Amino acid sequence: MNEPVVTVYTPDSSLSNPLVMVREMFRDLFASRELAWQLAVRDIRAQYRQAFLGVLWAFILPLANTVIWIFLSRAGIVSIGETQLPYPVYVFTGTMLWAILMDAMNAPLQQTNAARAMLAKLNFPREALLISGIYQTLFNAGIKIALLIGALILLGMNPGWHLLLFPFGVFSLILIGTALGLLITPVGALYSDVGRALPLLMQFLMYLSPVVFPMPEAGWASTLFRINPLTPLLLTTRDWLTGVPPEFFGYFLVVNAVAVVLLLGVWVAYRLAMPILIERMSA
Amino acid sequence: MSDTLVKVDGVSKKFCRSLRRSLWYGLQDLGNELHGRRHGGNGELRPEEFWAVKDVSFELKRGECLGLIGRNGAGKTTLLRMLNGLVKPDQGRIEMRGRVGALIALGAGFNPILTGRENIYVNASVLGLSKRKIDEKFEEIVDFAEMEEFIDAPVQSYSSGMQVRLGFSVSTALEPDILLLDEVLAVGDSAFRTKCFNRIQNLISDCTVVFVSHTMPQITRICNRVLLLDHGRSLAQGSELGSVIAHYHGLSGTTEPATQEEGSGRARIESVAIHDGQWHTRSEFSNGEPFGISLHLWLPAEARADEPKLLITIAGEEGSNVAQIYEPIDAIPASEDFSLRLEFKSMPFNAGRYSLTASILLGPRGELAHVTRGSATFTIRHTYVGYAPIILRPSGYSALPIS
Repeated sequence: MNEPVVTVYTPDSSLSNPLVMVREMFRDLFASRELAWQLAVRDIRAQYRQAFLGVLWAFILPLANTVIWIFLSRAGIVSIGETQLPYPVYVFTGTMLWAILMDAMNAPLQQTNAARAMLAKLNFPREALLISGIYQTLFNAGIKIALLIGALILLGMNPGWHLLLFPFGVFSLILIGTALGLLITPVGALYSDVGRALPLLMQFLMYLSPVVFPMPEAGWASTLFRINPLTPLLLTTRDWLTGVPPEFFGYFLVVNAVAVVLLLGVWVAYRLAMPILIERMSA
Repeated sequence: MSDTLVKVDGVSKKFCRSLRRSLWYGLQDLGNELHGRRHGGNGELRPEEFWAVKDVSFELKRGECLGLIGRNGAGKTTLLRMLNGLVKPDQGRIEMRGRVGALIALGAGFNPILTGRENIYVNASVLGLSKRKIDEKFEEIVDFAEMEEFIDAPVQSYSSGMQVRLGFSVSTALEPDILLLDEVLAVGDSAFRTKCFNRIQNLISDCTVVFVSHTMPQITRICNRVLLLDHGRSLAQGSELGSVIAHYHGLSGTTEPATQEEGSGRARIESVAIHDGQWHTRSEFSNGEPFGISLHLWLPAEARADEPKLLITIAGEEGSNVAQIYEPIDAIPASEDFSLRLEFKSMPFNAGRYSLTASILLGPRGELAHVTRGSATFTIRHTYVGYAPIILRPSGYSALPIS
C-alpha cells in the first residue's frame, strides 16, 4: 500500500507557502480531468436532450444578430464604414467569434453558481468546474466554427493555409474569456450584482470592438478601438479565417502572454476564495 | 493497524447571523486571504458573529467510530464540513490521513434529465472514482440500489426514495479511509435501511468514521466513542457512551415543551409530579427502578358523579407516545382537593427524555375536563442504551430441550 495522502486544514492562507500551493494546484488540475469530462458530457447532454432544436441553439443567437445588423446596414438605418471584407462576412464572423468569447467568459461564474449544492456538500477538485466549462465552450465553438467555415465557402471565400492558424485564434479568445470570467467569479458568487451587470458591460465592449463595426479611421473612437485588448484577438482570428494577412499580430501575442499570466493569477484567487464562498453560500 | 487518521486540535469556526453582513465579511475574508493573511483574524468576533464551533479537539485511529451528538445548531454539521475540507477553520488545525469519503448529501449533482446510468458515472466521478473503477463497480451499485429495471430511465421519473437509494449506493461504493456520515441512515423503507446499516458496518471495520445523528440507538450501535457538542463547545467525550449520552439527555432542550392546558374545566389537575420508590420527588431514573406518579386533583361533587377517569400518556423525545395509563378515579376522599398516587414496580423505559400529559375524562363519552400537556418530565440515564423505547425484562426464563 502506498503512503496515504495527508491533508491539513488550518486558518493560514495557502499563499504563505507558495511552493506547496502550486504543487497542489497542478495535482488538483490533473485529478480533475476525468470529472471535468463527465460534468461536461452531463451538461451538454442535459442541455440538448431537453431542447427540441438541440445543437442549433449554439448558433441561433449570433445568427440572429448577424441578420439584424445586415438588415440595419442595408436599410440605411445605421451607416457603417467600408470594410475590407464584404459586410455580411464581416458581421457574421464578428458575431460568431464574439459569441465564443462570451461563452468562455460566462462559463466560470455560471458553472460555479450551478454547482452550489455540490460545492456546499462535497469535496472535489474545484478545477473540474472550470475545465468542464472550457470543454463546453469548445464544444459549442466547434458547432459555430463548422457553420462559419461552411458559410464562408458558400460565399466564395477561400482562406487558404491561414485557416491552419485559425484554431490558435479561437484558443486565445477562450483563454482571455476564461481569464476574465474567472476574475469576476469570486465576487460574482457572493453578490448577484456582478452577474447582472456583466451583460450590460459586455454590450458596451462589443461596440468598442471590431465585431459589427469596422475600425474607425481617426478620432478618439479609433484610439479606444486600438487600446481595446480584444481588438487584436478578434481581428487576427478573423483575418486568419478569411485569408487576410493579420495587421495586429504583435499586439495579439502580447495580449495572449498577458492573458496567460492573468489566468494563473485568477486561478490562485479562485482556489483561495472557494472555502470562503462555500461558507457564505450556505450560511 | 493503530495509526491515527484524524487529528483535530483546538478547532473553532465563526458564523454570522445576518446574511447581508455575512456576505460583506466574506468579501473582507477574501481580501485578507489574497493578502496571505490568516483566516479568521486573531479570534475576535465581529458584530453579529458567534462561535459555531469552539475549541474542539479529538483524535481517531483506524477502526474507531466517533459519534457526534448535540441538539440542533450545536455545531455538528459545521464540524463535519471542516473535516471534509469544505470550509476553513478560523482557529486550530485539522489533519486527515488518507482518502476521505462523505455520505452527507446523497445524490448531490444528480441531473434530473439524465438517466440513472449516466448519473452514476457523474456522481461517482464527483466522489473521486475513476472511470475504470466505476465500470468495475457499476453492477454492484445498481444491484445494491435494486434499480435494474429503471437504470436507463431519467432520474426525474424516480421517486424520492429511489433517488436516495441510488445516491447511497454510489456514495458507499468508494472505499475510504475516513468516512463522514451525516444522518444518512434514515433513508428508504425499513428493508433498505437495514441494508444500509449493514453496509456501513462493513465499511467501518476498515476505516475511521465520524457519525452525526440524533438517534441514540444508532449511535450506540455503530460508535465506540461519542463527543457531545453544545453551542459549539465540546461538553463531554469519551468511550463511556452511556454517560455522555445521559449528559446529552440531561441538556435542557431549546424547545422545552411548555405546559399547555385545555379542557372544559369541570375538573382540574393542579399539579403532576414524579417520585422515586420512597415518594421523594425525582426527575432522573435508571431503567428498572421503582417509581411513582402523584397528581393533585380538584374534583367537585358534580364531576365525581360522572365516571371520572384519569388518562396519562408518556411521550418520548420525538413527541410520539410510547405508553399510556388509563384508570377510573374511584375510592376517593370526601374533600374536593386530594392527591392521587400511582405506584410502579419498575421503570420500563429506554434512556432518554420523556414528558407526561395528564387528562381527566368525564362521562361515558370521555369529555375532556382538563388536559395538561408536558406537565412533568423525567430522564432515564443508564449506561446501556437500547433501540426501542421500552425495555422488557422477563421475570424468569428457562431453556427446554426439543425432542
